[in-house]
Amino acid sequence: MQPLTTEQIRAVIARGKAKDAIFQAVGILCLAIGLLVIFLLVGDMVIRGAARLNLDFFTQFASRRAAQAGILSAWVGSLLVMLVTACAAVPLGVAAGLYLEEYAKRNLVTEIIEINITNLAAVPSIVYGLLALGIFVYAFGFGQSILTAGLTLALLILPIVIVATREAIRAIPGMIREGSMAVGATRWQTCRYHIIPYAMPGILTGVIIGLARAIGETAPIITIGALTFIAFLPPLPFTETTEGSAGLFEWLMSPFTVMPIQIFNWTSRPDPAFEVNAAAAGFVLMAMVLTMNGLAIWLRYRMRKNIKW
Amino acid sequence: MFKLSRSALAVAGVALFAAHAAHAQVVKIDGSSTVYPITEAVAEEFQKAKKNAIKVTVGISGTGGGFKKFCRDETDLSNASRPITAKEMEDCKAAGVEYIEMPVAYDALTVVINPKNSFLKQATVDELKTLWEPAAQGKVMKWNQVNPAWPDAPVKLFGAGADSGTFEYFTEAIVGKAKSSRGDYTASEDDNVLVQGVSRDVNAIGYFGYAYYAENMARLKGLPIVNPKTGKAVEPSGANVENGSYVPLSRPIFVYVKVKSLQKPEVKEFVEFYMKSADKLVREVKYVPLPQSAYDFNLKHVKDMKKGTVFGGKNEVGITIEELMKREAKL
Repeated sequence: MQPLTTEQIRAVIARGKAKDAIFQAVGILCLAIGLLVIFLLVGDMVIRGAARLNLDFFTQFASRRAAQAGILSAWVGSLLVMLVTACAAVPLGVAAGLYLEEYAKRNLVTEIIEINITNLAAVPSIVYGLLALGIFVYAFGFGQSILTAGLTLALLILPIVIVATREAIRAIPGMIREGSMAVGATRWQTCRYHIIPYAMPGILTGVIIGLARAIGETAPIITIGALTFIAFLPPLPFTETTEGSAGLFEWLMSPFTVMPIQIFNWTSRPDPAFEVNAAAAGFVLMAMVLTMNGLAIWLRYRMRKNIKW
Repeated sequence: MFKLSRSALAVAGVALFAAHAAHAQVVKIDGSSTVYPITEAVAEEFQKAKKNAIKVTVGISGTGGGFKKFCRDETDLSNASRPITAKEMEDCKAAGVEYIEMPVAYDALTVVINPKNSFLKQATVDELKTLWEPAAQGKVMKWNQVNPAWPDAPVKLFGAGADSGTFEYFTEAIVGKAKSSRGDYTASEDDNVLVQGVSRDVNAIGYFGYAYYAENMARLKGLPIVNPKTGKAVEPSGANVENGSYVPLSRPIFVYVKVKSLQKPEVKEFVEFYMKSADKLVREVKYVPLPQSAYDFNLKHVKDMKKGTVFGGKNEVGITIEELMKREAKL
């Protein structure tokens, strides 16, 4: 083989650099398309909904008059449903993920379970809605309540939480476990004092991303029969209502509506003035999702700083 | 971690008890999206009048979906854009649910065209049938195939989706058989999609509820329909629906109330409020109200407990409210 001349070597390097530049340009283009779409969407909603984005919009109930309609019952409903979802999905998902990673033996059964969890993440959300309609609404008799909606969305994000938990646990070096057990800790103590705290940033990120997905879900909530006109809030714990005093958990059984349903309802109105409301509500929902994602990043950053291996 | 699990357990535990707690003072309504704007307006005003002491919820699950819940004893009132069917009557009977039928307004289906369309001044039921019947599918594609006086231009059709009561009524009134229609048109359950489609194409024709036309008059032209009895073309308008000349595309829409629920004072009060404020609120949401005598008649039905429907499980085309009032309701 003939040795390459300096010119040839330079040509090879130049070709490589040219490809480098092309790939970089393509990469930037792809990123720009994604960002542009998001900016256009948010910008369009802000411009169209600007007229309604004021304090009244957040403190008023739905109304047949577009200019007086607000999202009070919708945003309160969304937050309460998310609270139930988090309370149900986090313990179940984290425990399941922890068991699969730290306790379960590797055999056919766990393989099948793993494949099914991954599959569950891809099941269309309306299927969860149908399942919830049969189980929570009718079999358990929870009715069309905040509890039903929260549990339905919890099922929906359970695979996300489990997968995030497992990823987070897998990222912990094996020497941590070995070190803990070497000084006599049981498996549970290892999990309790080492695995869970170290995996927490990853778990939290997964949970919040799951919740951000759940807050925008419409199909399963419509399937379980969430109501569209609702001009009252769920009862606060320990307050006097017309039905007597509300217990700590009365609000769980209250009828409700959520942001995506309110938006859906407004876009299908004959009066075009409701489109402004829909745009404004869309922006609020978008802001809620962005806030949640921002919180996830901040929490991850904060907690990672405290981990010293 | 521990705190979270404990609260979740508590939530689940208490929820089981709470599920059986009584829900007093809530009026539950569900059903048709066509009737929804009226009932919503009434619910809003009613809650204001009662200073929020009584709660009203109004859902949209379609006339059929609403009756399913109604006959399962889940709701107090059911919105319906058509009379109850024989099948639904049986379901209600099996569950022991008795009801009173109350017409609350007229809904006029409106055939709309693009405002720039210059050749269409009116249409007969037969012309619309030629255009919309199943046999037209893939064949009647140009305006001059319907009427030689019309131009040699393509027809763009927009209409209601097959699950809606609007589709059912339009096909029954125009083609003569419910749910019998050509399939090669732009169908949408969302009427705003149809509004936009027709407003952007000179050769378009579509149909939907009058309220959507009333809110978008600047972008659409309502096509006068020839009354089969008088032979005169009648414009879609509130006045023409009220005087009974806009046939066969106007129909009464209903609210059904459960007899058992009427024993609850809040439901009774709501029904009374509905009938007293209907005229004003129906106009406000761009529907056509019935004569006040019809609302008074409904109230009398409620007072005398006239249970059942006057339709006997069948839908009818072009029926007037006066004819309805003369009939005897049966379960």
